[in-house]
Amino acid sequence: MIFKGLAHIGWVTRSWLADIGHAARLFLQLLSFAPDCLRRFGLVRDQMHFLGNYSLAIISVSGLFVGFVLGLQGYYTLQRYGSASALGLLVALSLVRELGPVVSALLFAGRAGTSLTAEIGLMKAGEQLSAMEMMAIDPVRRILAPRFWGGVLVMPILAAVFSAVGILGGWVVGVLMIGVDSGSFWGQMQSGVDVWQDVGNGVIKSLVFGITVSFVALRQGFEAQPTPEGVARATTRTVVMASLSVLALDFVLTALMFSI
Amino acid sequence: MQRSNNDIWVGLLVVIGTAAMLFLALQSANLLSLNFQPTYTVSAMFDNIGGLKKQAAVKSAGVVVGRVKEIKFDGKSYQAQVVMAIETQHQFPKDSSLKILTSGLLGEQYIGIEAGAEEKVLAEGDKVQDTQSAVVLENLISRFLYNKAAEPAAPESK
Repeated sequence: MIFKGLAHIGWVTRSWLADIGHAARLFLQLLSFAPDCLRRFGLVRDQMHFLGNYSLAIISVSGLFVGFVLGLQGYYTLQRYGSASALGLLVALSLVRELGPVVSALLFAGRAGTSLTAEIGLMKAGEQLSAMEMMAIDPVRRILAPRFWGGVLVMPILAAVFSAVGILGGWVVGVLMIGVDSGSFWGQMQSGVDVWQDVGNGVIKSLVFGITVSFVALRQGFEAQPTPEGVARATTRTVVMASLSVLALDFVLTALMFSI
Repeated sequence: MQRSNNDIWVGLLVVIGTAAMLFLALQSANLLSLNFQPTYTVSAMFDNIGGLKKQAAVKSAGVVVGRVKEIKFDGKSYQAQVVMAIETQHQFPKDSSLKILTSGLLGEQYIGIEAGAEEKVLAEGDKVQDTQSAVVLENLISRFLYNKAAEPAAPESK
């Protein structure tokens, strides 16, 4: 009985360590294929088209509505302290620093990450990956790496679109509908938002999130059990793990970037 | 490299992304307002700088003419040494005075220059003698209370 329990603990620890090791190896492999992907950029381009262009609609519509809500809520709170003119600053800072990178990464995980996992999981279930290996084509190089780099390249673009559309949404609600002064809306924003400190760090954040979400999605698909249930479970795990790691990483990055 | 229809769409995506980044950098963060005008540095000693920070504005008649470059504590005179970079196109007389002011009731602090009357103008490395410290609320209140206590007793006690 005791031995069984100990053996179980040992087995769980071993498989956990093996998982981490395997994930690290896959990650380094994906990174090392960067020059390869540059040489055959057509593959990456097709993935950017699939992951980026088709996510653009959901990203910009969500950005618009998040901007609307920020404009309304920000106005109600600021106006109590008689500083409604700082609305532009509030909307821009919260979008550029936090909401832009984080919310677009969460949407990206739901919109694009799941399709990556399902695609690769089904390729595995249909033994297409094994067939490629038989033909001496490395599936990591040919299938996974272009998807990974496509996702990484597309994420900052989507986050920037989200923030820009969100600021315009905040402007529509704040200036056009509520009637905050347009000059102070933009003026306060321009004096309070720093290009490197705020916009630059937002771009770094979205790059990190792009790496995280694409890697989690690809690994889940690559490791999925080659059955319909296995693919379904892998897709669910992609959303859960990608969202959790994005939020946790966001805290760490914010603490690193803005606490000094 | 073969071309495909996807090129156009990915190109469009990149253009939209670049436009968004430019919008964020120029419209919301005002990258272009970083001015690269030539400046000269002037320093001054203050008894108390209050909440003055690096990069705070130096204003004359309400117009920004420079920025605070450095703030140090001088261990000999126990005063704060403030180094300012003022745009070369603005010249001020040598006997100009500096004041630490606050924009609005709760706004941030800045340095105000009031021009003097002398012929000679401030040059690189000069020191401004006439300075006025930031107003510290606690000192103001204690002075007010002290003056109250020093006043003759209130009329009803007569």
